[in-house]
Amino acid sequence: MTAVAILGGKPAVASEARIVSAGRRRGMGIFLVLASVLMLLTFGLGVSAGAETTFRLTSPFSTAWYLAPLHFPVRETSVVMAVVCAALGLLLIVRRRTRGTFVIFSLGVVLFLWSFLAWAARNNLLDLAGMIGATLISAIPIIFGSMSGVMCERSGVINVAIEGQFLMGAFIAEIIASASGDLWLGLACGALAGGLLGGLLAFLSLRYSADQIIVGIVINAFALGLTNYLTDTLLVPYQNTLNSGPTFSPIAIPLLDKIPIIGPDVFDQNIFVYLAIVLLVVLTTGLFRTRWGLRLRAVGEHPEAAETVGIHVLTVRYRNVIWGGVIAGIGGAAFTIGSTGEFSSDMTAGLGFVALAAMIFGRWRPYGGLLAALLFGFANSLQATLSVLNVPINPNILVMAPYLITIAVVSGLVGRVRPPANDGKPYRPQ
Amino acid sequence: MKLELSGITKTFGSLVADDHVDLTVEPGEIHALLGENGAGKTTLMNVLFGLMHPDSGDIALDGEVVHFPDPGAAVRHGIGMVHQHFMLVPVFTVAENVVLGFEPTRHFGLLDRRRARADIHRISQEFGLEVDPDALVEDLPVGVQQRVEILKALSRDAQLLILDEPTSVLTPNETEALFAIMRSLVVSGRSILFITHKLKEVLAVADRITVMRAGAVIGTTTSQATTESELASMMVGRSVELVVHKEPARPGEVVLAVEDLTVEDARGLTVVDHVSFEVRGGEILALAGVQGNGQTEIEEALCGLIEVAAGRITLLGRDITRATPKARLRAGIAHVPEDRIRDGLVTSMTIADNLILDVFDVAPHARLGARNLREVACSGKERMSDFDIRAGSVDVLVSTLSGGNQQKVIVARELSRQTTLLVAAQPTRGLDVGSIEYVHRRIVEVRDRGAAVVIISSELDEVLALGDRIAVIYRGAIMDVVGPSVGRERIGLLMAGVTGDGAASSQTGVETGQ
Ligand SMILES: Nc1ncnc2c1ncn2[C@@H]1O[C@H](COP(=O)(O)OP(=O)(O)OP(=O)(O)O)[C@@H](O)[C@H]1O
Ligand SMILES: [Mg+2]
Repeated sequence: MTAVAILGGKPAVASEARIVSAGRRRGMGIFLVLASVLMLLTFGLGVSAGAETTFRLTSPFSTAWYLAPLHFPVRETSVVMAVVCAALGLLLIVRRRTRGTFVIFSLGVVLFLWSFLAWAARNNLLDLAGMIGATLISAIPIIFGSMSGVMCERSGVINVAIEGQFLMGAFIAEIIASASGDLWLGLACGALAGGLLGGLLAFLSLRYSADQIIVGIVINAFALGLTNYLTDTLLVPYQNTLNSGPTFSPIAIPLLDKIPIIGPDVFDQNIFVYLAIVLLVVLTTGLFRTRWGLRLRAVGEHPEAAETVGIHVLTVRYRNVIWGGVIAGIGGAAFTIGSTGEFSSDMTAGLGFVALAAMIFGRWRPYGGLLAALLFGFANSLQATLSVLNVPINPNILVMAPYLITIAVVSGLVGRVRPPANDGKPYRPQ
Repeated sequence: MKLELSGITKTFGSLVADDHVDLTVEPGEIHALLGENGAGKTTLMNVLFGLMHPDSGDIALDGEVVHFPDPGAAVRHGIGMVHQHFMLVPVFTVAENVVLGFEPTRHFGLLDRRRARADIHRISQEFGLEVDPDALVEDLPVGVQQRVEILKALSRDAQLLILDEPTSVLTPNETEALFAIMRSLVVSGRSILFITHKLKEVLAVADRITVMRAGAVIGTTTSQATTESELASMMVGRSVELVVHKEPARPGEVVLAVEDLTVEDARGLTVVDHVSFEVRGGEILALAGVQGNGQTEIEEALCGLIEVAAGRITLLGRDITRATPKARLRAGIAHVPEDRIRDGLVTSMTIADNLILDVFDVAPHARLGARNLREVACSGKERMSDFDIRAGSVDVLVSTLSGGNQQKVIVARELSRQTTLLVAAQPTRGLDVGSIEYVHRRIVEVRDRGAAVVIISSELDEVLALGDRIAVIYRGAIMDVVGPSVGRERIGLLMAGVTGDGAASSQTGVETGQ
């Protein structure tokens, strides 16, 4: 009992687990049971008896140690997995403990996906290692975007301008790298461009208490218009000098790149992947274990309280929004100098908003944002894989998949997420 | 440390909150600052603490004029402040809140949590302020949160400690403990500026007393040279009755019946343990108890704000255990919540809007789905003057009101409706003596009109003054139900879980109706 706990001086630590309500747990269970029915009827019994699938674990030309491809019968595998998945669902329904809910649920979802892929690639070959690689590649900008969002929102400023910062970062990085031939200069300038837009967002929303979301949207429109204009007037006429720059080449990390399946996907990549990993570690440690992070979170949660202990709320917010812009700018550079080495108009295609969703799904935590970004990346690579496999699903629906997953995930799975208490609220010192 | 304020003036637009205030606090002195709600005490302290900048006037510490651009500067000069409204980050732990702004770190700015925890242990041992450094502040009852605030100020080694109504949520024992701490602090040469509305406390602990009214200093006296009633009339400008006069209750039929009420917290622990009681129309039941013994949960269960694990609540024979708050409101339950900022007000809205939050959508405040703003303003004005809410106009944002005036807004709203049951938690928290007198009178009026009243209070004076019957709650169960005549002593003991005779100790949730 609370009273006793407090009187007795025992800790009253609220665990994250309690966020999963009984109803939600049951909902997840029912979802798994329904999924298992689909698995059983379509992916299992719906497949002719002899059909086999091959999952390739090592891509050709890969540096990783060779793992033989997996051959397995679709029908039997799916039936077994359907039974396990149904059991997991039932477990969620009857269980009273909250702990481990997400683990059980995720396991069920993995089984579902496995059997779905087996079904999609029946009598065919699926490059699993390649899919993982594609997942990471499409997740990279989203990871940077969600980290940028975490930085800003933890200090109480909503950064809707990630999209614009992406676009500007991509454009500037490309044009500078092309013109100078110096990739690092391009990256720095791309980051700077993002930072400048961050500064603009901070200035308008902090100095003039303008609505942060509206300012963000305006910045996005501005970035889109400006890059479109400059693309037409500069990049198109000077395509060869300004828009065909070098790109960062992969750096293999000895030994680690030999790890089967994920080795080359993670450890033989260009600088952006490594930057993302470093950023994840630095930001997680920074936010939760340092003075900097404590103050930053205090400002986002309760600025008055921060003010009374001598923290300058607006300074902290300025700094974070600008750094957030820099991070998003780097994410933008990944679109061009980290990838094809060519800018095209509106090439970010709304991924800045997906990054924002990833941040929310990741509960305003860096590693959460990373996992969410990987999920979106996976949806993306799944869509690519399926269209290669000629799955009889309308391609338009496939393209929608990442966004559908965004909606499903944000509305259904996240449960009661709690943003920083003063997220998006202007602060006026006395 | 010696503090001299001279000629401090602070205005908000046309409102003069502090008008050429002079105040001197000697080293080693406990100096009480008294004044009505809205007299300008908090504003003066905010100026002193660097949170607001004075329009004119000087602050001198040990004879040297200082300027504080921000609170950090004030803290570096040895000033600590416990704010009237908690300045704690709810999602942080106690330790994180205490160290915020002055964090012990290792290299790279990494927080030294072990040292933080050890420091807190040391200080809480030294001053007898028991708290768990790893508890999340939002999980703590207000009384414990208050302790955290005090701990925070002490941990920065303040030479001048400002305490802005620190005792308004403390129990008598906790208050005594705080006074002991205050006395030990001044012995070592520190000074304390202490704001309170409780005159008994002032006389018990203060060396000198300064009284403010309407932004100006009325006078300074010593606790030897004055009395409670003299202080009260100095504050309010008229003589005040410190004890409510009420006729004996004439209980009618049972209005509220609670049977075997059990409430569990988020972790599934029982916080209200098979509690049963009845309240009849025309009587006041006071639920007395130390904060955090389940009375908040009973309050919330009565008003439909939390889920009930087991038991039944009936209002005039109708089962309302699962009724929505709105249905209960319509059934005539009025509620003064314990935490006024969180549950009672929308501080970013005006006084007028806050006064009709519960009835904004019904006539006469709305017609055909549109709000009737003229009526809202009109009835707002009326209640403002009835309840003596001090502010420029009804269109002032509640966030700018003084603490006591915010409380009056809630009380005005809840007491203005036709009620069958009034549930009031700490209804006079933060009110000045004049306003307490008024609110108490209004509560007794509600009773005399035939409503059932449940008062939840950790304030013994209030419990004794208002309660026709007093139920003492301890660890989620009712220890005993007694009349007000049994005296402070016995109630105090019951609140600590000590039953007078062995036989009573086995009884929990007893109903001893009259
Ligand atoms: N930020 C603000 N903007 C406008 N008016 C304000 C502001 N802060 C305080 N006031 C006004 O200044 C006056 C003094 O308020 P203050 O909070 O100092 O009173 P107080 O003496 O502390 O009262 P209480 O005992 O109720 O806490 C009040 O009329 C209040 O409405
Ligand atoms: Mg005050």
